[in-house]
This record gives sequence, structure tokens and C-alpha cells, in this order.
Amino acid sequence: MSKILIRGAKVLGGEPQDVLIDGETIAEVGSGLTAEGAEIVEADGKVLLPGLVDLHTHLREPGREDSETVLTGTRAAASGGYTAVFAMANTFPVADTAGVVEQVWRLGKEHGYCDVQPIGAVTVGLEGKKLAELGAMHDSAAGVTVFSDDGKCVHDAVIMRRALEYVKAFDGVVAQHAQEPRLTEGAQMNEGVVSAELGLGGWPAVAEESIIARDVLLADHVGSRVHICHLSTAGSVEIVRWAKSRGIRVTAEVTPHHLLLTDELVRTYNPVYKVNPPLRTERDVMALREALADGTIDIVATDHAPHPHEDKDCEWAAAAMGMVGLETALSVVQETMVETGLLDWAGVADRMSFKPAQIGQATGHGRPVSAGEPANLVLVDAAYRGRVDPAGFASRSRNTPYEGRELPGRVTHTWLRGKATLVDGKLT
Amino acid sequence: MDKQQDAQASDARPVLEGPDIARVLTRIAHEIVERAKGADDVVLLGIPTRGVFLAQRLAAKLEQITERKVPCGSLDITMYRDDLRMHPPRALARTEIPGDGIDGKLVVLVDDVLFSGRTIRAALDALNDIGRPRAVQLAVLVDRGHRELPIRADYVGKNLPTSLRETVKVQLAEEDGRDTVLLGAKADQ
Amino acid sequence: MQRHLISAADLTRDDAVLILDTAEEMARVADRPIKKLPTLRGRTVVNLFFEDSTRTRISFEAAEKRLSADVINFSAKGSSVSKGESLKDTAQTLEAMGVDAVVIRHGASGAPYRLANSGWIDAAVINAGDGTHQHPTQALLDAFTMRRRLVGRDAGLGQDLAGKRITIVGDVLHSRVARSNVDLLHTLGAEVTLVAPPTLLPVGIETWPCEISYDLDSTLPKCDAVMMLRVQRERMNAAFFPTEREYSRRYGLDGDRMAKLPEHAIVMHPGPMVRGMEITAEVADSDRCTAVEQVANGVSIRMAVLYLLLGGNEPAVTHTRPTGSEEK
Repeated sequence: MSKILIRGAKVLGGEPQDVLIDGETIAEVGSGLTAEGAEIVEADGKVLLPGLVDLHTHLREPGREDSETVLTGTRAAASGGYTAVFAMANTFPVADTAGVVEQVWRLGKEHGYCDVQPIGAVTVGLEGKKLAELGAMHDSAAGVTVFSDDGKCVHDAVIMRRALEYVKAFDGVVAQHAQEPRLTEGAQMNEGVVSAELGLGGWPAVAEESIIARDVLLADHVGSRVHICHLSTAGSVEIVRWAKSRGIRVTAEVTPHHLLLTDELVRTYNPVYKVNPPLRTERDVMALREALADGTIDIVATDHAPHPHEDKDCEWAAAAMGMVGLETALSVVQETMVETGLLDWAGVADRMSFKPAQIGQATGHGRPVSAGEPANLVLVDAAYRGRVDPAGFASRSRNTPYEGRELPGRVTHTWLRGKATLVDGKLT
Repeated sequence: MDKQQDAQASDARPVLEGPDIARVLTRIAHEIVERAKGADDVVLLGIPTRGVFLAQRLAAKLEQITERKVPCGSLDITMYRDDLRMHPPRALARTEIPGDGIDGKLVVLVDDVLFSGRTIRAALDALNDIGRPRAVQLAVLVDRGHRELPIRADYVGKNLPTSLRETVKVQLAEEDGRDTVLLGAKADQ
Repeated sequence: MQRHLISAADLTRDDAVLILDTAEEMARVADRPIKKLPTLRGRTVVNLFFEDSTRTRISFEAAEKRLSADVINFSAKGSSVSKGESLKDTAQTLEAMGVDAVVIRHGASGAPYRLANSGWIDAAVINAGDGTHQHPTQALLDAFTMRRRLVGRDAGLGQDLAGKRITIVGDVLHSRVARSNVDLLHTLGAEVTLVAPPTLLPVGIETWPCEISYDLDSTLPKCDAVMMLRVQRERMNAAFFPTEREYSRRYGLDGDRMAKLPEHAIVMHPGPMVRGMEITAEVADSDRCTAVEQVANGVSIRMAVLYLLLGGNEPAVTHTRPTGSEEK
């Protein structure tokens, strides 16, 4: 196998060091390294991080290949610095059987851009009524450990309780899309001052918070762990903080867009800002940043949700919810967390690689940058600043809320087990 | 812009002063009585803004002469203009047709300046939508020539030969605080 | 004025007063033997109605025809829209036919804004009601009605509604009429009070430029106009209020309540009225109720808006009074 010598990289933002990759693993980390016949990559002070792990990606295959496929989605992931993504279950058909999750898992393996770890549906058809065959999905080649009805909330308290209990048998985790369905009928955006003015149906914070409160209490009661998807409100932060202080095993994620954007943007009625959970207020954004910094929120997950152009080029009510995020996530986190001094690069590695790999049990991912570890690495040009141009996306979809916005940082190289998937910003 | 206008105003020279205007209006009033054989069925319609004031002054003079009240109103032609598409829409002025209407009457349109004739064409169109007069005549304070349509005035206060490089500005006490007609050079665009 | 009329909030005081003054002149056309003006000859206006609203559509159509515009009516029902054609495609189809203005009624809040701001079309967009967002021409005709009744036809010219106290009662949450009226009445200097059960007021209303009350009886004696909003019976099923009877007892306008109004005060309703719910027949049919007058005023207001947006080479500039005296 070939050797790659990365010279002068700031590992986790520290002092520049050399990193030698031999085959699939990191052979050595130190200064003044040399290696006979190794390919040299001059890092020039760029930041070297462990390959990013996204616990919340929609790859859309099978069923909506017009918006994304496993191939295009994993290419987008590699572009964004990811070496592992967890593919959500809301495909057509739904990933609620061993057959579907294995298909997605195999496609990821074949393409080789990024490890794809399928998430299994909690209930059959995401209907919230009958548990899917969680054990069979776990036992399949895909080895599913994370289960979610994401897109829909497991709103029935009994079903949620049973799911939390059942997955304990194989140390699985239920990732809850916290949205009380009755409180969000016809919901179009965050309920508040802006929705009142725009006359768009409100999605109240309490619809998220009440489910989180219920689920942390359920998790406590049955001794399970629960993961909260895309936490979006200041109140949710308070509940998770309280639960963690009580020793309840809860983890939570925040999306990049909830760290940066607010519901004021909806005044344009441009559906590129339509997402679920909706963009909240400035106060929520600040609370989420703080919670990510202090560890109340464990990880950043993209909720990468590709949609074809026509599903966004329409009136607000008719538009699909969701934003693509894989290719801009790191830049948004740099903008909102690093440049504000809330997190250093080691903190970014923790929130975007170590912790998500831990929660999802992604073997070989989220490991330290040290000798003997799998060579899943990403090189980031943190000094770069540029405007987001969706035309350059590897994703099949372009529904980004950041078009034309200046963001810092650019992923230049990604290595998946020593194999370069991105070189100088270009996919291999 | 303001300076330019000031310059224009200071360059302009009066061609009719207050007493002249009063005199020509008296003459026109007499002409109307004479040509309309007593002005029994005359209705005066002024074209806003200054035509309305002239019509009111004429009505007062006709009343002195004939010792009868002469119906007097206003006819806004804004929405009948042929150059609507060349400017932003203008605020509308009032159209006020005297109570007995204009059917079978002798309508005398009154305006301050007769120039291209397009305003009068618009006024004739507007009249057409309001009723059917016995006849329509036109009285103007100043006729400055340069007609673009086959239209002429029946009563003219003053014929004022002008070049297209000149402007004619009428000021009336009701609107401008004084009576005068000014002839000046067109400000360079 | 802006090129489109999307929200009452987009109008300045001078814009709004110009529209009301213009409408006053337009109203006089209705008294003439020939109720038609040549102003919009050769201009094509399409009435693009994705939601049934015969009243509003007819009002716009009458206004367009009185100004001699060529009118195309496009109703979404039974058209390609019901076969899944998007708003964008529909709009572009109309644009290709050389439409100068689109009057749009749409069930989705923001659809007219989107139509005007997405680069889909060049035509002027006039919002004829979108979802629970805005209905600016309704607010204008309401303000016109109030100015006529409370200030006077001629005395009102050039005037706003400074100091007038207006109470709006009913389903504010689902009402584009309420939103538009609060915006416009505030711009015109009126003091607005919204009265409704708390369930029918939106969360976030505290930033609106108006007062909020849950008690109709205490507001009635001090208002110049009370506007009753339609309350749909279906709201009952979603637990917005317990029963029709309880609603009308607390928030309906009946003869006894009307008697509490100052003598000069008027009762308004945007229609269609739900008699027995928000208003009793006795009140609806009384002289103080301006519902029918509002319909007539709607045509004048829409003529004014169409003229000021489409009559020239660009929208009207407020404060343009002809100052020259030379033949223009």
C-alpha cells in the first residue's frame, strides 16, 4: 500500500506536525518526518481533523433518486470532510427492514467515498404504530444501532417507551425527531412575532420541548439512552441540561443552520429557508451555540435534506422542508463556534467526529489522530473565505440557504482509511 | 434644480399682468354673450387646475352682464390623456358637472394656455362620456401656437407667438398668489 | 409607490392618502351615464384566482373594465393548476401572453410576494388576498369607508384617520383582513383595538401596533368604528371556542351591544357575514352597518390602485401635484 506524508498540519488546531499514513492507518505523528516514496501533501498550516461523522443525513436512495443518491450524497459528504454518514430511514420504501438497510449499506461500500451507516426506522412505515424489526436490522450486515422515524415523531408514549426498552438488548439508541404532531398541524415556520405577521402557521417551541421532556423522563424510567435530533430551541437546551444533571443518558444534536440562521429570513417567503424544525429566533441561536460549547448539546449533525429544484421554486406552503448541509457544515461551525471563540478545533473534532461516532458506534471513526489509528482524516484551510456557490456542490440538490453568503474555511483533502476521496478540493 | 428654476423665473418676462388678465376676461365674457346670443344655455367647464379659476372668473363676469347665474364646473382630463404612458400616473383633479348636466347645452371649455391641442382633444373625449352638448366652444387665456391637432380656440385672451424653446407660465391669484403670464426660456434638460 | 401592492404595510401615509383621494374621484365615475374611462386601454390584467372568491374577483373585474383594461379571468379550478402545474409555470404562461398586471388570490400566505420577487415575471402584482397574510385592497376600501363616514367625502380629501378609534373583533388569527387593517390604520394614524378570545389571537401579536382586549363591551363605548370579522363555524371543531352560542354571547354584535356605541359610530363587515354568529340580522341590516357600502367602495379603491400602478410608465410617485400651468 502507498504512503502519504502530510507535512506541517495543525493537528486539531495545535502546533504544525507531520502525519504519515501507511496504507489504511496512521503510521506516525511527529515533526521532521520523512518517508521513502511517500506522496507528500504540504499542509502549510492547514488544520488536520479526524474525518467528520454525520449522525443525520438524508441520502434519499431508494425512492427519491431525483434529489440525491447514495453516490451523490457520499460524494457531497467527502467534499464536506465527512468519512462516515448515518443515512436516515425515511426513504421509499422506508428503511424498516433488514433488506432495505443492507441495500443502502452495500451501495455506500461500493462507491467508497464515505462509510454509510443506515439508520433503521423505529416503526413500520414511520407510522408510529407498530415497532419495525429492530433486532433484524441490527443483526443484518448493516449492523444498525441507531433507530429513528426522523421526519416524523414517535409521538405515542407507549411505542416510544417500548422502543427505548427494546433496543437495550443490543445497545441501540433511539434518535427522536421531537415534534408533538397535534401542536404542529399546518405548521410552516417558528411560531412567534414573525409568523404572526406573515400569517404562516406556527410551529411552537413547546411542541419540541414537551416531547423532549417526556422522552428524557421515559429514558430515565426504563434506563435507556435516547438521542435528540436537531434540537432547536432555548427551552430544549434547558431540558437536556436538566436531564444530564440528573444523570439521564440523553445526547443531543444541533444542525449548522440552527446555529446561524433565524426566522427573520422567512420574511422573504423564500422556501430555501423552510426546514423542520423551523429556523428559530436569535435568542434560540445564541442558546444553542452556548449549549454546544458547554457540552449540553453533544454534536453537530447536518440534517442534510436534498430536494429537487421544483420543490423549492414555488410558494412557501407548497415547498418541501429541508436544506442540504454536508458541504457547508464545517464552514458554518467555524463561523459560528470557532470564530466566535466558543470552540477550538479540538472542540470541533469532538462535536463533529469523536462524539457522533461514539453515539452511533461507528467503528473506526471518530478516533484520535495518532499512530495506529485508522487514517480517516480531513484537512481544512481555515484561513480561506469565500462565497457559497451551489453550482459547485457534489450533491445532486442545490437547496442551500447559504447561496452567495461568505463563509470561512474550506475542506481541501479527505482521506477514508488512507484513500484520498478529496484532493485539493476535488473529488477523486 | 431649484437654482435652475429660479434662474428661469428671473429670466422670464411678463407678457400679461393682473389688469390685462381682468380686461381680456371681460372681453371674452362679452364675446360669449354676443356669440351665444345671450348665453342662456352656456355651461362653463374649466380644465384643472387654472382653467377652473378662469372659468369661475368668467362665470362671475357673465353673471354681471346677463344678470343670470351661469353654471360653471370643472372637467378633469387626466385619465383621457394620450401621454399617460410617458409619465408616472398623476393625482386626479375633480370633475364637477353642474346639476343640470350638459345635454343640449352650449359647453364652453376654459383653459389657461392652448398649445399642442392635445389637452382639448382629451377634454372632448371626456365630455363625450358625460353627455351630449348642443355645441362645444373653447376659451383660452393665451394661445401660443404650435398646434399638433386640428383644434382652434373660439375665444382667445392673447395670441402669443412663441418658439418651442420658450415656456409660457400662467400664474393666478387663487393658486399662485398673483395674476401674471410669463414668457421665458426653456431650462436646459 | 412600489411597483406591486403586496402588503398594506408597504404603503406610506402619502401613498395611502393618494389612493383614497384617487378612489374618491373614481367613485364619481359610477354616477355618470357612461361608467367607463379609457385609462387602461390596451393594458391586459389577469385575475389569477387560486381560491374561490366571487366577490373579490367581480370587484376587481368591474374596476378593470371601468378603466378599459383587457381582462382575463383565470380560476385555478378545472385548470392545469389542479393538474399539478406550479404557480411559477402558470405565471410564466400568463406573462408569455403579454400580461401587464396579475391580480392574485392564493390560499398560501406569501404567494403574491413570491410571484413578485422571484424573477418569474415582470408584470405588476396586486395581492387580492393571500392565506392568512394580507388583503391590502380590503384594508384600503375599509379605510375609504371610514374616512367618508367619519371625516366626510370632501372634507376627507387629503386627510388620514388620525385619532379615530377602530375596534376589530373576531378571528384575528386566521384573518388577512385584520392584519392588513392593523397595518394600514396604524399608518393612517388611527388607534386600533383588536378584540377576540385569546385562542383567536396569534402568538407574537404583542409587536403589532395596536391594543389587545378580550372584552368587547368595555371597548364599544369609545370607538368610532367597529369591524366584525367573519368567524367560521369549523373553528369550533378545533377548540378555538366551545360553542357558537358562547362565541356570539361574548363576541357577537347584537342590538344591545350596538346601542353601546357612540351615536356616530359605524359597524363594518368585510363579508361574507355569518349572521347569528358574529353579527345579528338586526345589526347587519341597520343603517349603521356599512357592509353594502364597502362593496361599492371596493370597486373605486381597486380602480384607484390599478390606475396608480398601471396608468403611467411607472407607479405613481406620491406628492406629484402638477405645479406648472403650461399645457402639459
